[in-house]
Amino acid sequence: MAITREGMTVSQTQQETDADKKAFYEQLQGFVGLQIGPPQPAPDEVNIPMIRHLVEAVGDENPIYLDEAAAKASRHGEVVAPPTMLQAWVMHGITPRSNEGDGPYEQMNRLLFSKGFTSVVATNCEQVYDRYVKPGDRLSMTTTIDSISEEKTTGLGTGHFVTTRQDYWDADGNRVGSMLFRIIRFRPAAKSKPKPPRPAPATTHDNSWWFDALKDGTLLIQRCKGCGELRNPPHPMCASCRSMEWDSIEAKGTGSIHSYVVTHYPVVPSFDYPLPILLVDLDEGVRMVMNPIDATPEDLQIGRKVTIEVHKCDPDLSLPFARLAK
Amino acid sequence: MSNKLGRTAAICGIGATEFSKDSGRSEMKLAVEAVSAAIDDAGLTPSDVDGMVTYSTDNNPDVEIARNVGIGGLRHFSRVHYGGGAACGTIALATMAVATGAADVVVCYRAFNERSGRRFGAGVQDLPNAATAERAQFSYTSSQGLLTPASWVAMVARRYMHLYGATSEDFGRVAVAMRKHAATNPAAWFYNQPITLEEHQQSRWIVDPLHLFDCCQESDGAQAIIVTTPERARDLKQKPVMIDAVAQGAGKDQWTMTSFYRDDIAQLPEMKIVADELWSSSGLTPADIQTAVLYDHFSPYVLMQLEEFGFCKRGEAKDFIKNGNIELGGDLPLNTHGGQLGEAYIHGMNGIAEGVRQVRGTSVNQIPRVEHVLVSAGTGVPTSGLILGVDR
Repeated sequence: MAITREGMTVSQTQQETDADKKAFYEQLQGFVGLQIGPPQPAPDEVNIPMIRHLVEAVGDENPIYLDEAAAKASRHGEVVAPPTMLQAWVMHGITPRSNEGDGPYEQMNRLLFSKGFTSVVATNCEQVYDRYVKPGDRLSMTTTIDSISEEKTTGLGTGHFVTTRQDYWDADGNRVGSMLFRIIRFRPAAKSKPKPPRPAPATTHDNSWWFDALKDGTLLIQRCKGCGELRNPPHPMCASCRSMEWDSIEAKGTGSIHSYVVTHYPVVPSFDYPLPILLVDLDEGVRMVMNPIDATPEDLQIGRKVTIEVHKCDPDLSLPFARLAK
Repeated sequence: MSNKLGRTAAICGIGATEFSKDSGRSEMKLAVEAVSAAIDDAGLTPSDVDGMVTYSTDNNPDVEIARNVGIGGLRHFSRVHYGGGAACGTIALATMAVATGAADVVVCYRAFNERSGRRFGAGVQDLPNAATAERAQFSYTSSQGLLTPASWVAMVARRYMHLYGATSEDFGRVAVAMRKHAATNPAAWFYNQPITLEEHQQSRWIVDPLHLFDCCQESDGAQAIIVTTPERARDLKQKPVMIDAVAQGAGKDQWTMTSFYRDDIAQLPEMKIVADELWSSSGLTPADIQTAVLYDHFSPYVLMQLEEFGFCKRGEAKDFIKNGNIELGGDLPLNTHGGQLGEAYIHGMNGIAEGVRQVRGTSVNQIPRVEHVLVSAGTGVPTSGLILGVDR
């Protein structure tokens, strides 16, 4: 049996997790069979205008829904409503009803929320018809929690399927149809891992000032105090006059592409591929490697003018980037 | 003034392991196998060896190998830096040791599992950061994603294409030639697997403008080479292979693979220093070379080396290599073992061994009447080169 560093067996850990899940599932089962709130009455009786709106909208040309003569000749003997309108008769406009009660449904949701199952998606719906409804019928609906699944994992995340059953009744208390409506209450799957930071530059006493300036949004070019020569990347001694005294100037931020590559492989997770990388001649006469912004590989061309912007890539890293001139 | 190392030493033995993608054994074991094989090839005994030279990047200490192989005390041991640039540099140090009497018999070696172990193509992406000048060389490229040898070479290759009109197909002609030579070399990983220019063009991008087939292999294996005095070499088992010239070179404004700040990045001034030294110290010219082993970790640098060594003018390598000129039967067959694109990437040491075989007359792709073979080492880094010749 595998023993973890904490001294707890791996299979025990597994059992406890499973036991937790089982207890939670049993708690949820307490809501199954409970009716949610009082019966909901339909605002209008079944009527011809609403039937007309629906059949016109969906292009249903079956004459029994509007044509009295045709309906009379059918086995129904009179006009009937399309069965799939079942849910429509009891619907309440687009303004949601204030429904902040503390009934079984709200209690069930709070329990699900407590485990992080805060997201919801409707998954499917099945209707069963006991009889055709017809103009003049006045319907009402009751809702019952029909079933709650064990914990399931889908592409969306892990959660429980919750199925409610809506029963539709006529004024005599006879059921005309019912509907099973299934949702999943789930804990959203963890977002794909954030990109790791870019490979960090090795900073030394000789170059850290240059990277620090970038962090402040400034692109500097090292300048020899002895002979005034500009140099990049930074180094401690001027190769022209051997002076170790230097200061820096701020780059104007203009240049042109000296060379470029488009990397495809290997893929380093800090970057998006294909990854273009430029070698840029700054107008001051020094050269720097940088990534282009808002450019596709096809846009790249040796000699093309760029403007240079400093952007923050990671909390501790800002770099110059090249924007292709129009 | 040129160096005086020419013809002061000779190569008397070579030995290698098989070249693979997964050796199934330690780098140390590869090293001792190759060193032991080279000693046998030379007809020496381990106790004859009194000097050892390897790369600073090799993981197998000389004394560890000496202890394993039964080599006794050492009078000279040294290491050469800059990866594949060290290849002929190990022979340079061995030659200096032999020429000065610092040692009599020097084993140069390189052994690694750089495919099954840490992959060399990874470049610097997985190396730890450190506040040293050595690591800071990569501070101005790594954060932008320029992390691998292929990406560093591609930056130079694009500029070279721009300046001289070379194309990806020109790079492809190098790859096709190397694979053609490997196809008839049973020791090559790509034995019996030639490619066409069309296949080169269709191979996937690694770093545009470099296709997969522009990039050499990553290999497991080891190669050892033994250097001694010409006099001693003449008494040994093999026909001596004279070191007619050997040189190292680092260029002005040299970086390790990222010499991007020179006025002209489409040149290899470090190889020019090597070339000038080899020609001037030996009195030879490109016309004296029957075959060459030019370091081919990436195909574009083969073109640039042809120019640095003076086989053609700058920018004209694309014309020089046309019509099979660098293939068997051409004016200058290159890398007759298949190079690192075709045989194996043993950091250039396997190329020196092929040069030795060409002078001995034992290459599987033997060139007729070989008098002098040019061999170069890693490009884009401080480097080295040598000319091998027949003993007279």
